[in-house]
Parts: sequence; C-alpha cells; structure tokens
Amino acid sequence: MARYGMVIDTKKCVGCQDCVIACQAENNVPQGFCRDWITTESKGKFPTIEMEIRTERCNHCTDAPCVSCCPTGASHYHDVGGVVLVNHYECIGCKACIASCPYDARFVHPEGYVDKCTFCIHKVEKGEQPACVSVCPTYCMHFGDLDDPNSEVSKLLKSRKNHSLIPEAGTKPNIFYLT
Amino acid sequence: MNEITITRNNHLIDPSLTVWGWEIPVYLFLGGMVAGMMLISGYFLFKGRYKEENCSCYYLPYMSIILLSLGMVALFLDLEHKLYVWRLYTTFQITSAMSWGSWILVLVYPILIANIILRPPKLLEEKIPIVGKWKSKLLANPNWIKNIGVLTMFFGAGIGLYTGVLLSSLGARPLWSSSILWLLFLVSGLSGAAAFVHVIAKNVYERELLAKADNAFLIIELFVIALFIIGLKTATEVQAHAADMLLFGDFAASFWVFVIGLGIIIPLIIQLLAVNHKIHHTPVAPLMVIVGGLILRFIIVAAGQYSHWFALN
Repeated sequence: MARYGMVIDTKKCVGCQDCVIACQAENNVPQGFCRDWITTESKGKFPTIEMEIRTERCNHCTDAPCVSCCPTGASHYHDVGGVVLVNHYECIGCKACIASCPYDARFVHPEGYVDKCTFCIHKVEKGEQPACVSVCPTYCMHFGDLDDPNSEVSKLLKSRKNHSLIPEAGTKPNIFYLT
Repeated sequence: MNEITITRNNHLIDPSLTVWGWEIPVYLFLGGMVAGMMLISGYFLFKGRYKEENCSCYYLPYMSIILLSLGMVALFLDLEHKLYVWRLYTTFQITSAMSWGSWILVLVYPILIANIILRPPKLLEEKIPIVGKWKSKLLANPNWIKNIGVLTMFFGAGIGLYTGVLLSSLGARPLWSSSILWLLFLVSGLSGAAAFVHVIAKNVYERELLAKADNAFLIIELFVIALFIIGLKTATEVQAHAADMLLFGDFAASFWVFVIGLGIIIPLIIQLLAVNHKIHHTPVAPLMVIVGGLILRFIIVAAGQYSHWFALN
C-alpha cells in the first residue's frame, strides 16, 4: 500500500506563502484559518546563525494520535496512501484530536467539524499534485509515495540530509524537511 | 538563540491551545464526584448498611444521576458539532478513551436506577407497579443487593479512571502525559464525594466514617500529587517544564494556594481536629475540599493545553 508524504527543501523555501494561499483557495478554507503555514526558525549565536524556513501542515502521521483518540471514527486513515482525513458527518467536534496533535495542525471549522490538510486527496486521486505543491514558485515541495523506492520523494530522502518535526512524539510523521 | 516565528493564527489554537474551556473541567469534576459517590454507595450496599433506615446509599444514587446528567450537559455544551452527538453511539472505538467513556456513562445509568429501585419514590411505586415488585424481589435476595453494590463500585471506579485516562491518552500535551493522572482524579473524586456525604449524611456513624475516610483520601491525594510531579520532573524535558508551570510558573499561585493549601492541607487539619473531637464538624472543610477538587481540574485542563512539545524545539 502506498504511503503518501511530502519532502520539502528548506534550502529553497523562501516563505512566500503561495502554498498557504493556494490551499485556502483550493479547499475553500474559511477566512482567518489556515491548513498550512510558514515557520521560520533561527538558531545559533552570532555570527553562526542558521535560519530554516519551512512550510508546515498536518504530518499525516502513520501512528496518528488524532485517529486513535477519535471517539466516532471520524478521523481515519484514507484507503489511498494512508492519508489522515476527517469525515465531517461523523465528527462531533469534541476536539480531542486537536488536543492530541503535537503539531497543532487541526482547527474547528466555523461549521462545527474539525478541519485540516487533506494532502488535496481529491486532486491526488485524479493524478494531480496537491494545490500547495503545484503552485510553489521555488519547486521546494515534493509529493509522492514514500514506500516506493523509485519515487522522487524516496530518492530525495536517500540523497539529502533531512529531518521530520518532533519525531520524539512518536507519531511517525510523513513530512520530511531537507536541510 | 532559538527563535520560532509561525504565520498560523487559528482560533483556539494560537498562540496557545484553548480548545477546552470551562465545560471539560466541570464535567471531569462532576464525573469524579459521581465516581466517588458510587464507590461509597456501592460499599455501603455491599456491607449491608442498606438495612439502616437513613443510610446514604438511599439518596446518593439520586444525587449521582443529577450530577452525572449535569456533567453530560457540560460535555454536550463543549461539542462544536452538537447535532451529531448521536454518532458516539453508532460505533465503539477501542483505542479512544472518549469512546470508552461514553459507553461507560450509558451503562452507569441502569446501575444507578437499580440502586434507586431498592427504595423508589412512593409516586413511582404507585404509578408503575412493577417497580414495587422488583423492589420486593431485591429485598428478598440480599446477594443481589451485594452484587448491585459491587457493580456500583466497579462502574464508579470506571468513571473515575476514565476522567484521568481521557487526558493522559492525549500524549501531545506533556503535562497530561502521566500514567497516574487517573489515580489523582480518582482519589480527588473520592475525597470530594466523601466530603459531600460527610456534610449531608444523616447517620452519625457514616458522618464520622466519611470524615475519617476523607482525611485518608486527602493524605493519599497529597502523595499522588507528589508522585505526579516527580514523574513529570524525571521524564522528558518538556514534561519537566510542564511540571514547572505548576510548581513555579503561571499556574503556580492557583495550584499552591487553592489546590494544595485551601483544597487539601487546611481542610485536612480542620477535619483531623474534628474527628478527634477538638472542634465541631462544620461544612467549611468539606466545602474547601470540593472547591479544591474543581480548581484542580481547571488547572490541569488549562495548564495541560498550555504545555507543548514545541516549547523547546
């Protein structure tokens, strides 16, 4: 079975927020909310300061705590690529999934259900790229099957140093950042 | 230097998580109280104290039903997608503490009703004759009553356990990531319930017994809080920082003053003097214990949401 994931090149990301806008337009994200966002992390001591710019979103974890804590099964792994999705008509809005997510990737949609990144599964199932990936002007975002050794994402992970976010939370995130 | 800037500003998520307001702590508190009341009432049934005319096991089930229902109303008010609440009961998710909790809550009502049938309200007995028949059957079989007592204790403990496990199963919040949070909530629920029954008990023996029991529960609660803090301080760095929020941080003043001081130590001293007949029993100490238990839930829920893995990235 495929395991969809993303590989993001932090050496190319300039934090332009095109991905954020593309997601909001594609998924009709309500005003004032976002499914993806930009994080800028500066580390070190002058003059050896490092800065990493990242586009972040739900990590579609393999051991997603939001799925295991959901009392109705609304949060689930999609059959295609193990993408973590929320069924709006099963979600009661208890917000346990929000509290369980170490990435704070979820929010309550004004209509009452919990919302988050879907990896634009509606596009992916048609053979297209997620909206954020398709608009990136620096081509820093790559989407594909992490279980396929010949996919672009797998090759990038083999050839470049990378890290995931908060791996110590034990959720096995499926978004990796090239450094 | 380690500076993180995030462009995200989602309502109730940023700058820190505040998805759970007053409803969840109130629900956890009421759930804990009901758990304690069921344990006490079940114990009295099991020990055969129901033979006493004014045994608290006759009115505790009514209070349990009222408080549990109020708690469930609070839980319902917290839901964002209220019309879909019935979805909880179309499935059972084995890994979800909340799913376990919702089913346990449903099972608790029949147990409490079985308690009530031991001495049903006269009106109910007149209107529904079968209630009277069941009552006679139960009273003729002391073993059944014992079994109801055991089931009452079992499900009472289940609710108490669940209120703590609900939070500790959400591992993304370092403060809740403790395997003894359930014990803290269970003991706190027991001490709150014992304090409550101590105030309202008509039976002198029960009043004395529950005052002594409450003192024991308060002492155990102090130990469990100490173990809870030690467990966090000796775990990962984020958990140690979460413990510091209670010990020295933003939540320290309310934790030390309202939970430890006014919620446990002062009422413990007052009740120790009372059970040793140095002073009279008054509702002051039990009231302090009950309010302390409520504030404990508020602090744990709020501080838990504030604690975060990202803090040290």
